[in-house]
Amino acid sequence: MKKYAATHEWVSVEGKTATVGISDHAQDHLGDIVYVDLPEVGKSYKKGDVFCTIESVKAASDIYAPVSGKVVEVNEELDSSPEKINDDAEGEGWIAKMEISNESELDSLMDLEAYKKHCEEEG
Amino acid sequence: MPEFPYLPQTKKDIDEMMEVVGVKSISELFSDIPERFEVDISLPESKDEFTVLRDLSELSKRNLTLNDMSVFRGAGVYKHFVPSAVQAIASRGEFLTAYTPYQAEVSQGTLQMLFEFQTMICELTGMEVANSSMYDGASAVAEAALMAVRVKGGKKVLVSEALHPEYVETIKTYCFGSDIDVETVAFDSESGQVDVTDLQNKLTEDISGFVLGYPNFFGIIENLSEIRSTIGENTMMIVSTNPIALGILEAPGMLGADIVVGDGQPLGNAPSFGGPGLGFFASKESYIRKMPGRIIGETKDNDGRTGYVMVLQTREQHIRRSKATSNICSNHAFNALIASIYMSMIGSEGLREIAKRSFDKAHYLSERISRTDHVSLVFTGPFFNEFVARFDCDLKEFNKELLKDKILGPLELERFNEKLKDCGLICTTEANLNEEVEFFAGRLEAIG
Repeated sequence: MKKYAATHEWVSVEGKTATVGISDHAQDHLGDIVYVDLPEVGKSYKKGDVFCTIESVKAASDIYAPVSGKVVEVNEELDSSPEKINDDAEGEGWIAKMEISNESELDSLMDLEAYKKHCEEEG
Repeated sequence: MPEFPYLPQTKKDIDEMMEVVGVKSISELFSDIPERFEVDISLPESKDEFTVLRDLSELSKRNLTLNDMSVFRGAGVYKHFVPSAVQAIASRGEFLTAYTPYQAEVSQGTLQMLFEFQTMICELTGMEVANSSMYDGASAVAEAALMAVRVKGGKKVLVSEALHPEYVETIKTYCFGSDIDVETVAFDSESGQVDVTDLQNKLTEDISGFVLGYPNFFGIIENLSEIRSTIGENTMMIVSTNPIALGILEAPGMLGADIVVGDGQPLGNAPSFGGPGLGFFASKESYIRKMPGRIIGETKDNDGRTGYVMVLQTREQHIRRSKATSNICSNHAFNALIASIYMSMIGSEGLREIAKRSFDKAHYLSERISRTDHVSLVFTGPFFNEFVARFDCDLKEFNKELLKDKILGPLELERFNEKLKDCGLICTTEANLNEEVEFFAGRLEAIG
């Protein structure tokens, strides 16, 4: 199951584990990504907490945890190749894996169709 | 009302303006000011420009400037000899607009100068990266404390009591608004160095950094390697240093410092009234994104030519707004320029020579003092060009007497620390001639 947050993060859920990244739409708006300040493994975040910062040639943007939980793994490849997010934001450009603490939070996220509409409305 | 050549409005202009706003006299414009604020400020009769200049010139002749004096006082601001070429080069019009060089295409000179400044600061401090300057040593050390908290995540920093007391105050002020606890670590009353037992007792997990001077406020050289192994890897070692001292002292970066800061005034900048100086700030490359201030990078343009640009600007306030790493943008680039010219003129050999002479004169003077009856050395730790002495006389009165002979005597330390009553901080640099040092030593020997 894959879902999207209004702040342009995606979550892909498998059992208790959620893989998190930013949407293709978001990477397109950020431009060339030059640095990813990855979250700390073992640290817990609440939904909506800033858990990562992505620096592009245009801006440094905060990325919000789309669900609450503990970070169990981060994509260390991004340290040396942050451009992976530009190349494949919703695949190889994943940011972190989290152990979800409250599955009901997923209900408040959007599916692909709703997210596409959301992006159109944002312009 | 007489007409003045430098005021553009004529009487006719003024009358017209008064008519438009509906007043009959200029004083009516001030009618809203309550009467109780109307005081007679008794200004003298106006004078012509010729007379004013002559009067001011007379007045300025009564000033005593450091150039006319023997200076035995430092404590953060130092009198050094500055080659005339430094001012001549720094005064070139091209450099005088040292405002933030956002537009790299038209700012290559300024950008290159700042890049060279960063490179020289890295070499001097033994660190990997430096920014292109801060306001002064005090704000640089305070920003370093904030950076340690950004890197390590704790909410507390330790500060040596032997760091310059005004630097300690500045750290406390910066940390107050960010809810960061600042605790001081005592100095050993015998050596004048950090009290390592007190440091160990105060170390807890949430401490992000420990700040100390090298040399410290008392001129004493701290044992950085020992401090490094005491605080462990979870606490950053922040070293505030005097750049001239690094001419002969081992670079803090080689002794385990995580951040090295200091005031760059001794590098060719005038002592003036204690400023303006410049801060320098250097750290390790892995922390570069947590560093405050502007950083200039070297790159290649489309045609492969070397060029300079501001880098990592996404950390800064004009892009990251309230989440910026720091709020310093307009740095002291002009003072950094002076420091860069000074450093490139004296070179590493010159710096070593200046440091050595400053050191030698202070040690000669301390030798002489150790043989007097009424002045004694307070600390046993190794020192650079400053040391603390205790006086068997009224130090304030002694300083007044010295001033009559155009000598700026020791800084009275009682106002910083009551334990140091009757103590003075004595400083020498290469700018103290041997005969000045002899004369001063004679005055010290004559006490009692």
